[in-house]
Amino acid sequence: MANHIVKVSPLDGLAKPAGSNVSLEERRFLGKVTLRGNPENKDFLSKVKDVLGVDLPLTPLTYVAGGAYTVHWVGPDEWMIHTQEDGEHALVLALREALEGIHSQVVDVSDYYVVMRLSGPAAREVLAKGSPLDFHPRAFRAGMVSGTRYANATIQISQLDDQPSYDVQVRWSFAEYLWNYFVEAAREFG
Amino acid sequence: MLLIECPWCGERDQTEFTCHGEAHIVRPKNPDELTDEQWGDYVFFRSNPKGLHKERWVHDHGCRRWFNVVRHTHTDIVYGSYKPGEPAPEVSEEALKGGKK
Ligand SMILES: [Zn+2]
Repeated sequence: MANHIVKVSPLDGLAKPAGSNVSLEERRFLGKVTLRGNPENKDFLSKVKDVLGVDLPLTPLTYVAGGAYTVHWVGPDEWMIHTQEDGEHALVLALREALEGIHSQVVDVSDYYVVMRLSGPAAREVLAKGSPLDFHPRAFRAGMVSGTRYANATIQISQLDDQPSYDVQVRWSFAEYLWNYFVEAAREFG
Repeated sequence: MLLIECPWCGERDQTEFTCHGEAHIVRPKNPDELTDEQWGDYVFFRSNPKGLHKERWVHDHGCRRWFNVVRHTHTDIVYGSYKPGEPAPEVSEEALKGGKK
């Protein structure tokens, strides 16, 4: 009996941007966990911190990266946690145990989303071609995250540094569409 | 294209949102006791003003939260947003006459 699982990605085998001004990489099989709870409940906040090692970001459009986890603000009572491949299993168990009896929700969504990293000198221009979000540094900088659209896909995008580099999270079923759109959009920038 | 202010994410392009009609429609607590006409009023009839309109919007492509917007149905000017449970922003006569925010 086969007891090993071969993971496949919707991005397997797709072409990458040909030039050197935009680079695109999949962050393969990143663990992803959705957390919901009441930020006014101090007990909820401290129990979560015990597990994650960092404070939940309560400021809209920010994320915190610490140790094994990157914790993104999604809405006033919702966060998206990224962790290493297969790290989601232990995280879900730890959060559920810590939050026992506290009104909250912890869901493993690792297979629901795909994350890709878009970076390079022309990455900002590629994003501006398909999204209504203002990517100018006066409006969107490293340390920020937001939900928005890119063409017809709903995405979550976070800026990592000033290169600039971005992590773009999209639904699994939209991943191929978004990847190919990025590759096509990058073509004019070489 | 409108710019809509999400109370959490700030001013964003209209295409990140959808509008879900008039706000503050309260579901009757006693539907069994209503006449068909009263129930029909609740389900189908809206104020449909030419002027200021309080309406429900949801930031589907952003934080996915619901909130309310005051919009002028003739000029399409958006006078402000407010969270559920908060009072609507006042719109002054001057602002209305000037056709500006
Ligand atoms: Zn929002």
